[in-house]
Amino acid sequence: MDAVGYVLRLIWELGVYLFTVVPDLLPIILALATPLALGALCGVLNERSGVVNIGIEGIMLMAAFFAYLTGFALHSALGPGVSIALGILVAILVGSLLGLAHAWLTVSVRADQIIAGTMMNIAAFGVTGYLNRLIITPSGLGGAGVIAPFHLPDAVANLPIAGPVLVMFFDQGPIAMSVLFIVIALQFALFRTRWGLRTRAVGEHPKAADTVGIDVYRQRYLNVIFGCALAGLAGAFLTLESTGSFQNGMTNGRGFIALAAMIFGRWTPIGAFGGALLFGTATALGVVVSIRVPEGDLGAIMRSIPSYWYAALPYLMTIVILAGVVGRSTPPAADGVPYVKEGKG
Amino acid sequence: MSRLRRAAGRVWQVASIPLLAIVLAFIVAAFVIVVSSVFTSSGLDVFLPLGAYGSLLAGAFGSGTGISNTLVAAAPLILGGLAVGLGFKAGLFNIGVAGQFLVGAFAAAVVGASLAGAPGAVGVSLAMIAGALGGAAFGFIPGLLKARTGAHEVVTTIMLNNAAVLLLTWAVNDLVRAPGFSFPRTGDIGNSALPILLGRNVHLGIPLAVLAVFAVRWLLDRTTNGFEIRTVGQNPNAARYAGMRPVFVTTLTMTLSGLLAGTAGAIQMLGVIGFYAPGITASVGFDSIAVALLGRSDPIGILFAAILFGAFRAGAPLMQIETSVPIEIIDIIQALVILFLAADLIVRRVFRVRATKPVISELATVARTWAGGTPPGGTP
Amino acid sequence: MSEVPAVLEMRGITKRFPTGTLANDAIDLEVRKGEIHALLGENGAGKSTLMNILYGLVTPDEGEIRIDAQPITIHDPADAIARGIGMVHQHFMLIPVLSVAENVVLGQEIVRAGGVLDLSEAGTRINLLAKKLGFDIDPSSKIEGLSVGQQQRVEILKAIYRNARILVLDEPTAVLTPQETREIFEVLRRLRSEGASIIFISHKLDEVLEIADRITVIRRGKVVGSRRPRETNANDLAELMVGRAVSLRVDRGRSHPGESMLEVAGLRAKNDRGQDVLHDIDLSVHAGEIVGIAGVAGNGQEELVEALIGLRKPTGGRIRLGGHDLTHASVDERRDRGMAFVPADRHKYGLVLTYPLDDNLALTRYGDRPFAGGFAGIIRNFRAIAENAIRLMKEFDIRAPDPKVPAGTLSGGNQQKVVVAREFRHDLRLLVLDQPTRGLDVGSIEFIHKQVIGRRDSGAAVLLVSAELDEVLDLSDRVLVMFRGRVVGTFLADEAQREKVGLLMATGGAAA
Repeated sequence: MDAVGYVLRLIWELGVYLFTVVPDLLPIILALATPLALGALCGVLNERSGVVNIGIEGIMLMAAFFAYLTGFALHSALGPGVSIALGILVAILVGSLLGLAHAWLTVSVRADQIIAGTMMNIAAFGVTGYLNRLIITPSGLGGAGVIAPFHLPDAVANLPIAGPVLVMFFDQGPIAMSVLFIVIALQFALFRTRWGLRTRAVGEHPKAADTVGIDVYRQRYLNVIFGCALAGLAGAFLTLESTGSFQNGMTNGRGFIALAAMIFGRWTPIGAFGGALLFGTATALGVVVSIRVPEGDLGAIMRSIPSYWYAALPYLMTIVILAGVVGRSTPPAADGVPYVKEGKG
Repeated sequence: MSRLRRAAGRVWQVASIPLLAIVLAFIVAAFVIVVSSVFTSSGLDVFLPLGAYGSLLAGAFGSGTGISNTLVAAAPLILGGLAVGLGFKAGLFNIGVAGQFLVGAFAAAVVGASLAGAPGAVGVSLAMIAGALGGAAFGFIPGLLKARTGAHEVVTTIMLNNAAVLLLTWAVNDLVRAPGFSFPRTGDIGNSALPILLGRNVHLGIPLAVLAVFAVRWLLDRTTNGFEIRTVGQNPNAARYAGMRPVFVTTLTMTLSGLLAGTAGAIQMLGVIGFYAPGITASVGFDSIAVALLGRSDPIGILFAAILFGAFRAGAPLMQIETSVPIEIIDIIQALVILFLAADLIVRRVFRVRATKPVISELATVARTWAGGTPPGGTP
Repeated sequence: MSEVPAVLEMRGITKRFPTGTLANDAIDLEVRKGEIHALLGENGAGKSTLMNILYGLVTPDEGEIRIDAQPITIHDPADAIARGIGMVHQHFMLIPVLSVAENVVLGQEIVRAGGVLDLSEAGTRINLLAKKLGFDIDPSSKIEGLSVGQQQRVEILKAIYRNARILVLDEPTAVLTPQETREIFEVLRRLRSEGASIIFISHKLDEVLEIADRITVIRRGKVVGSRRPRETNANDLAELMVGRAVSLRVDRGRSHPGESMLEVAGLRAKNDRGQDVLHDIDLSVHAGEIVGIAGVAGNGQEELVEALIGLRKPTGGRIRLGGHDLTHASVDERRDRGMAFVPADRHKYGLVLTYPLDDNLALTRYGDRPFAGGFAGIIRNFRAIAENAIRLMKEFDIRAPDPKVPAGTLSGGNQQKVVVAREFRHDLRLLVLDQPTRGLDVGSIEFIHKQVIGRRDSGAAVLLVSAELDEVLDLSDRVLVMFRGRVVGTFLADEAQREKVGLLMATGGAAA
């Protein structure tokens, strides 16, 4: 009897806590979810075309580094605004180039796709570590500066209910704000346009697409490059919008959580975004708990959980969700299978 | 004489691509070194790679110390490479060696420290077993999940890697922190350290690792369990049809793989490091993948590949000291080696080698099980 | 000689594949406007290769193609489509998760501004085309929900949508019931009357005689003869196809059924998507008899076979073999009790292509004596494995240099012989065969049929599942028909006529 009452009280306190903490929670969620969402969208574009890309982590890391390097190198010469903007462009470019490499490896060379992605990750750690030690560390300088986030006028931010939601989406930096638009645009494009139809055809049954005259290789190349450009944007977010500095390995598994979000979202842009928000919330919870300490019995429990466990929560959650969700949703049928045009040559 | 030639021919057939991949990787890395020398204070230096590679070789093989260092560095790589290679044989990609290694090291450190005063044989044995079991547990979890739910081990093992680092840090900070030190760490392992056999640091773990090579080879080639593992990797459907149980085989293989990785952590802990503190990183994780690919998943091949990579890791610090080329160049070389192995087409074109078998045929199963789905017919 | 001009001419087409096979050897083919031209040959003769060349999927080594007397080169399917060539492949080139409309317009989509698809317009045009051809189809339905016959019509729509004047159909009736075959022939006749030229690839003599205006026979990559149906008959064509006199029907002999061996009662099962696919199946097979299951693919036969051998858990009912209840037994146990299984897909289930022949020949008993022993039975006995391989290779005439070559290097016929050799043990009590001769040449087919009858005569119970109705009718002593997961009819061999059985396959016994 007492146990039941205790549990009910905990649930009530959790509800109250979440409610009070929502204004703090929401803005953080989108910021935390942004790199995950962009990474997941990269995954969606790749896998909908039939290419498995587990190198998203590496692409994010490389792009993050080069974006930072650009901002850092041009900071004094061109001023913060321009150097950061250039940094973002460089990140997108790096992402696209790495996408080109991945496409070449998987589509033309037909190397094993999981190994190709792994190589991308290892290469990213190696190159960024190498260059970091070679160029940035000796210089002793740090900080490319951070993009000043856009702020909503206070009147809008203080609206009840709608206010916090608007703040969540619009009181952000440009990259985070653009995520929602990219998601909606891709969702529409994938299911309502010619490009989307051909993409899905190429990922489900490339031979069928080939027999009606579609260039399977070209479609896959374009989508992989475009997708990896988004992963590059995620990297730019990490160093230019979120933290303003670079650490070795700072992506910390986000590229893989993004893949889980993609699977969770059934390979749709909106689903992937939902997955990213879910994982972002888990991470946000850990942050918020330390800032806005909860009260009562719940507070006692939540505070006794070591911070390291909160930090591990997104990773553990990914495992649990993946185990529960995989196998219930079907990937594109030709996912991961290289396409060979037979009989040619 | 012709028997020797035929044997040499067979060795070349198997080893040509990996060897040439390494050569090509070094050539490309040389370009990287030259180009990046532009950014250093001494400016463009076209001959820098020569000096760097020379120092690398000297550091690895140029002296007694160098050779010992190479062997010591190779031991965990042998076990890690076997872990990844065994996984490959079953069509599984164990990227979790890093996490399993850390868990094994931690378990060995804790048990070893608590038995520091006990007779060495007892302490070492129990600590090693603890390490192996710890790694096995961290291999069992993703193995079971993959087998029963289809959750791909590539994602789950990486998640566990990240989680392991965090949770082990918490454990050292809050659970088993040894008193009397200025930073969080486990206690001294005392008598539980692996005995030194040769020179300053060649410890018992090295012959143990070599023994493991032959044990894995025996398992795969001569036993029915090994046959099951290989069949599940080559064709999971035929395996079911033949009466095998892929769920069991998958779980067993990942557990064994974790066990090997955990043992790597244990021997590194008991033979080299001596205590667990947060911040211990394991390049073993990625290195093992390169070693397994280079060795084409074959235990003997992995042995040679591990010694080679051990040489790289052992020689790199001297290279960095003497020529200022960052040790991360080894990571870049590693990535290049994997690139050329995965895209062996490039190696074949450049060196005009005729087509041999694909590097590792079981990789197809790894990619095909990417997005899960229980095997047809329901879970048996 | 030719009153009507040739719309398509292929001259001297030669193609050798990198494996060394000479698939096409200086083939000449001439097709006229408004004719149905059959390409007849057994499996592996080179008919599909020739048509893949025409459709731009394969590049010929030599030869010339002319359309309307103009020499042309076809680089890829887009070229072929542009020239009015359409192809309906044997394995449909349809995307199951997309709709009819999406599949039909793919590659030539109807778009509004900005590349946005206009699927309602597509639907309208599809409905018009279908009406012209004499059938109905819902453009928004997903392919995966359509029957095989309907899917085939979608494939034809795809070709007509692209204004194909030359339509190639590769083994179109392989998966159809006799009724559906008649319906598709109607569609083809309508197309012919509109001036289209149709190339009909088949290995089925009766159908070719019924539908074609002219027949070209190909054997081992060469054209060996050209006939009009009036001038020839089944025996003549068969001899041309194979190069020797062939007995078109295997001599089944009389069966002497003994005790009841396999008893299935009330069997129920679900498919991979969780839907009920077997509803209260009752059947029995006696020792010394062959029971054949006829049915259109997708009516539960696969799941029935999987449940019998232990690859699928039933949701209800019983399976008994020789009195032992095996409903929930493992695959291993069933083998121990004397069950053997030749799977439909030898590459997926029957063989490990990268393994040597000797491992494949011992694959299903790898853990038992004599192939393994010692130390808790986990040490493999290589000598026993090798001896077994040599013996079986001799007994079943498996053509391979030595027992160590990978199974993947063997021809289709020899691969199937490996599976058969392994499964046709002398002590077996129940033999389950699923599409045992699919894709094989006539020689291999004859061999396997003889072996099956031999096993029956030795006292084994045989259950045969095949999509080739002729094979079922030829070999079986009793024929069962499956429809929508139920057994809807039983015939003794003498009563089983093609028409009756075909009707039951198509309608399940409900009023047609």
